[in-house]
Amino acid sequence: MATTVEVPARDAVRPLARSRRARRLATLLLLLGLVVAASLASIAVGTRSIGLGDVWRALLDSDLSTEEAVIVRQLRVPRTVLGLLVGLALGIAGALMQGHTRNPLGDPGLLGVTAGASLAVVLAISVFGLTSPSGYVWFAFAGALAGTVLVYAIGSAGRGGATPLSLALAGAALSALMYALVRAVLVSDQQTLDSFRFWVVGSLAGRGADVAWQVGPFIAIGLVLALVNAPALNLLGLGEDVARGLGQRIWLARAVGLAAITLLCGAATAACGPIAFVGLVVPHMVRALTGPDHRWLLPCSGLLGAALLLGADVIGRVVVRPGELQVGIVLALIGAPFFIALVRRTRAAGL
Amino acid sequence: MSVQAPEREVRPVRSGRTVRIGPVSASLRWRDVVVPSVAFAALALVSAVSMGRGDFPIGVVDVLRTLVGLGEGPQEFIVLELRAPRVIVGVLVGLAFGVAGALFQTFARNPLASPDTLGITAGASAGAVAAIVLTGGTSTGAILGGLGIPLAALLGALAAGLLLFLLAWRAGIDGYRLVLVGIALWAVGNALIDFLLTRAEIYDASSAYVWITGSLNSRTWDHAVPLAIALAVLLPLSLALNRVLAVMQFGDDTARGLGVRLAGAQTAVVLLAVGLVAFAVSAAGPIAFVSLIVPQIAVRLTGGSRPPLLASGLVGALLVVGADLVTRTVLPEALPVGILTAAIGAPYLLWLLVRGRRQFT
Repeated sequence: MATTVEVPARDAVRPLARSRRARRLATLLLLLGLVVAASLASIAVGTRSIGLGDVWRALLDSDLSTEEAVIVRQLRVPRTVLGLLVGLALGIAGALMQGHTRNPLGDPGLLGVTAGASLAVVLAISVFGLTSPSGYVWFAFAGALAGTVLVYAIGSAGRGGATPLSLALAGAALSALMYALVRAVLVSDQQTLDSFRFWVVGSLAGRGADVAWQVGPFIAIGLVLALVNAPALNLLGLGEDVARGLGQRIWLARAVGLAAITLLCGAATAACGPIAFVGLVVPHMVRALTGPDHRWLLPCSGLLGAALLLGADVIGRVVVRPGELQVGIVLALIGAPFFIALVRRTRAAGL
Repeated sequence: MSVQAPEREVRPVRSGRTVRIGPVSASLRWRDVVVPSVAFAALALVSAVSMGRGDFPIGVVDVLRTLVGLGEGPQEFIVLELRAPRVIVGVLVGLAFGVAGALFQTFARNPLASPDTLGITAGASAGAVAAIVLTGGTSTGAILGGLGIPLAALLGALAAGLLLFLLAWRAGIDGYRLVLVGIALWAVGNALIDFLLTRAEIYDASSAYVWITGSLNSRTWDHAVPLAIALAVLLPLSLALNRVLAVMQFGDDTARGLGVRLAGAQTAVVLLAVGLVAFAVSAAGPIAFVSLIVPQIAVRLTGGSRPPLLASGLVGALLVVGADLVTRTVLPEALPVGILTAAIGAPYLLWLLVRGRRQFT
C-alpha cells in the first residue's frame, strides 16, 4: 500500500512527537488497568461469588482455610494466571504474525500451529487414548512446533526464500493438508470426535496450576524474543530492500520472529486449545490506538489480549449459570460486533 | 498488505499477441487458452470415468451412449439416476468455488481471501449444523430443522454474505475493510458451530461434522437442478466481470481513473461471489479449501498477474470430481470428498510453490 510520509515543519515536530507518546503511554496505562480489573473479576466472580475483601485476605494469608480461601487459591488464581499467560501470548503472537506476513488475515494459526496441534491432539486421543486436557499439552505443543517447522521449511524452499507470501501460502496449504488428516480420523471415529469437540472450542476450564507451570517457561522465552524482535520488525515494514540497506539482517529478524510466534502460540494452544479470535483481532484494535510502531504495538496487543481473554472467561462463567460457556465462544460472540464497529468507525490502520 | 519489494528474479508478464476482430481487440496469451482447454478436456474425461465406476462398472463409451439417450435398462437407471447427479453436482460446485475464490482474491488483492476466510461458508455451516442438531428440540430449532439442511445452509450463507457486504460498505467497499469484517464474521460463525457441536448428541455431532467437511454422497437431481439454474445465471455474469477485474487489480484510484464505475463494480463482484458460494455450499457443503487453493493453482498454471476466472472454475471442478472419483474407487473406506480435495490440492500447490520461480499475488 502506498504510504504518504508527512513531513511537518521543523518546529512542529517536537509537540507532535510528545503528544503521540503521551497518547501511547495513556493507552498502555489504560490497558494495564484493564488487565488488573479483569484479573480481580476473574478471581472474584464465578458459580460462587467471593467479595474482594475475602479475595484479598485469602491471597495475603496463606494459612487461611475457609472455603472461600481454598476456592481462591486452588481454583481461581491458577485459572486467572493461565488466562493472563495465554492472552498475553496470543495477542503478541498475532501482532508479530501480521507484522511478518504483512497480511491482515495473518493469524498465528496460519503458520501451521493450530493445524499441527489439532492433528497431534487427534492422534493423542485416537491412538494413545488420552482424554483429559492436561494430558494433551505436550502432544499439542509438539504438534504445533512440528507444524511450524514444516511450514517454514516448505515456505523457504522456493527460489525467492521465505517471503511473507510464500510463508502465508505454504501455511494455508499445509494447514489444509493437516486438517484433511484430522477430518479423516474424526469422520470415521465417533469416540475421538466426542473428546476432540470439547478441546477445539478453546477453554480455560479444567486446567490447573500444573498446566500454567508447563507452558509458562515457553511463553516467557517467547515474550523476550518478541520484544527483541520489535525494532527489526519496524524496519522490515519498510520493505526488505530498505531494511537490508539500513543494515538489518533479514533472515535473523525473520528467524527470531518466527521462533517467538511458534513458542507463544504453540504454548497457548497447548494450554487452552485453539483460540483464533485474540491473535486475529486484537492487533487490529491496538493498531487503531497506538499506530504501527511495533515497540508499542506488541506489548499493548499482549495486554489487551490478556484483558479480553480474562473478561470473556468471566462472562462465560456468568451467563449460563450454573454451567459455563467456553471462552473461545464468548470471545467471538462478544468481540466480533465490537471489532466490526471499530473497523467501520476508524479508517483501518494499514499494516 | 502484500506489497513486497521486487525479488531479483521477477520477469515481466508477457503481454501476448494482440488479436483484432473488427472494433474489438484483445491481448491473447497462449497459456490463457491452453490451460482452460486442457482442464476442460480432463474434466470431461474424469466425469465420464467417474460415472462409469462403482459397484456396477460401466465402460466410458457406454456412459457416453447413455448420456446421449442410447442406453438401455439398468445402465440407464444407474448412470442417469444414481451417478450423473453426483458428478454434475461435483462439477458445478467446483466451478462455483473456483470462480468465487478468484473473484474474492482479485477483489481484496489478498491471496488468502476466500469464502472460507471471509466467513460465508462458516455462515452456511452454522445454518446447516443448527438444522441437524436442533431438529429434535423446540421452537426456533424445530423451525430451522424443518427447513431441511440445504435450505438452512443457503440461508446461512446468504445471511453471512449480506452482512459482509452491508458491514463492509461505506461509500464503496475497500478490499482491506472487507477482509477485516470477514475475519469477524468467520469468528462468529465458527464459534456458533463449535458451540452447537459441544451441545449436540454425539450422533448428530458426527453427521454435522461430515456435512461441514463437504460431501457428495447421495446427491440427487434435487440438489443438481437448483444449483444448475443458479449457476446458469451467476457464472456468465461473473465471467463478464473479467475486464473490470483486470483494471481493478491496479487499485481503486487507477480503476476510477480508467473509467470503472467503482461502486457498481464492487457490488457486482461481492454479490456474485456470495451468490455462487451460497448455492454451491447448500448443495454439497463447504468443500474445504477449494476456493482458497484452486485460484492460486490456476494463476501458477496460466502465469498471469491475477487468478484467472474461467481457469480457476475449471480447475476447481476437476479437483472436486477427481477427488470424488478417488474416494469412491481407490480408498478402502468412502471418505467425504472435502478431505480428498485438500489432500490432493494442497500438496500440488505446495509443489508449485517450491518449484515456482516467480512471485504472484
